[in-house]
Amino acid sequence: MSPRITLATAGRVLTQLRHDPRTIALLLVVPSLLMVILKYVFDGNPLVFDRIGLPLLGVFPFITMFLVTSVAMLRERTSGTLERLLTTPMAKLDLLLGYGIAFALAAAAQAAVACATAYWVLGLHTAGSAALVVAVAVADAVLGMALGLFVSAFARTEFQAVQFMPAIVLPQVLLCGLFIARDQMAGWLDGLSDALPLTYAVQALGEVGVHADVTSTLSRDLAILVGAAVAALVLAAATLRRRSG
Amino acid sequence: MSGVSAPGTVPAGSLPGSDSASTQPAAASAALSADHLTVDRGGRPVLRGVTFEVPRGTVTGLLGPSGGGKTTLMRAIVGVQVVKSGSVTVLGLPAGSAELRRRVGYVTQAPSVYADLTVRDNARYFAAIYGVGRAAADAAIAAVGLAEQAGQLVASLSGGQRTRVSLACALLSSPQLLVLDEPTVGLDPVLREELWGQFHELAANGTTLLVSSHVMDEAGRCDRLLLLREGELIADETPAAIRAATGTLDLEQAFLRIIRERATPPEGKVA
Repeated sequence: MSPRITLATAGRVLTQLRHDPRTIALLLVVPSLLMVILKYVFDGNPLVFDRIGLPLLGVFPFITMFLVTSVAMLRERTSGTLERLLTTPMAKLDLLLGYGIAFALAAAAQAAVACATAYWVLGLHTAGSAALVVAVAVADAVLGMALGLFVSAFARTEFQAVQFMPAIVLPQVLLCGLFIARDQMAGWLDGLSDALPLTYAVQALGEVGVHADVTSTLSRDLAILVGAAVAALVLAAATLRRRSG
Repeated sequence: MSGVSAPGTVPAGSLPGSDSASTQPAAASAALSADHLTVDRGGRPVLRGVTFEVPRGTVTGLLGPSGGGKTTLMRAIVGVQVVKSGSVTVLGLPAGSAELRRRVGYVTQAPSVYADLTVRDNARYFAAIYGVGRAAADAAIAAVGLAEQAGQLVASLSGGQRTRVSLACALLSSPQLLVLDEPTVGLDPVLREELWGQFHELAANGTTLLVSSHVMDEAGRCDRLLLLREGELIADETPAAIRAATGTLDLEQAFLRIIRERATPPEGKVA
């Protein structure tokens, strides 16, 4: 591992992103737009928006970063650049952490815009600070990115990569407590949700919503999110093979 | 070709041969050797017990029809191919050793550079990976004749220009062995001439080059030729020796004769 190579990779990924203004616009605008739509979908029942608006600030970056990184990694694979990088002195973790840093920065920008919209335009209130919401959102984005890097190892084509979204991401969205409190689900689903990392993202944002200070549950949830992201990155590194058949 | 030497010849850092190779005992060991190398891909044999040696500081041509195993052999040399049996030794080390990653350059057939980055961005990224400076990146771009296009996105370049971006990135590590998979496909004759001039310039400075091609007129430009057909090495000679042995000056004809000779006595092929 080399910090020089890791940072050069992060810089390279961000430069690629910079050359793609449409993707930047979509990354920054779409979550805010969806929040606005959601607000007015529940126009007659504002309590619903108050309940699910906040957790969605964590779910959006998770989904977008999962998609963006699984496709970015697949492109790296199909263009031959991945194989080339693996013939250079670059360590596998240099590549994955480089991606991680670049997309964490992109996620921070995305979360900042979405939070600004939610607080200033849509009247979202939380007991805890907006900075904590952004921090949890970035942790969610890093988790989504790490899972995206991991599953891209199992996709041979773009079609397969895109199908991993409903397969890996949607079950977590259904079970994370966004739609209904987890203790009201069937017992086995409640148990399953304990094993899914997105659950802790939604729980963490719930804590920020009702507590002014950093609670022990929030710290634990953040630790679980970061731990799951690191585990997914290590698994992703393990699935990168320098030699193939 | 004047175009080659004009823009600063070879990147500043890319001449390890100028000092390191001359201090090494000349021809003490081959730059590259394969010993009964056998590779299967998709359950089918692609290389069947290939054995050869490549001397240091030479340009060796790897020739043969498409599907004959050229790319697979190159992948085995750079250490990204799973090998069934046999071995490949590169610069005295087993192929794929971590230490070789900065001593071996590999240019794949499809230019593996980032199309959504500029020429300069690509070169600087690989320069950072190899730990050489930005000046080396600029010199490598100049060396492949792309100084004027340095600020252009690779996606906007022609196929031949992309190949040269890929080559520039491989030159950055100052490789002692440069493995080039069909680097001249789709290039116009002038560019081909320039690139071959560049290959010999690198070899003169101590770099060993292995260049694959399916164009026989490029064979005559190599110091040595390896002819690979259906996963078997059917010739390993200098162009002059092949011409002499087959009694023709035309290397294409020479190869046809070699192939026919092997095909006619049935027991010759069973082995």
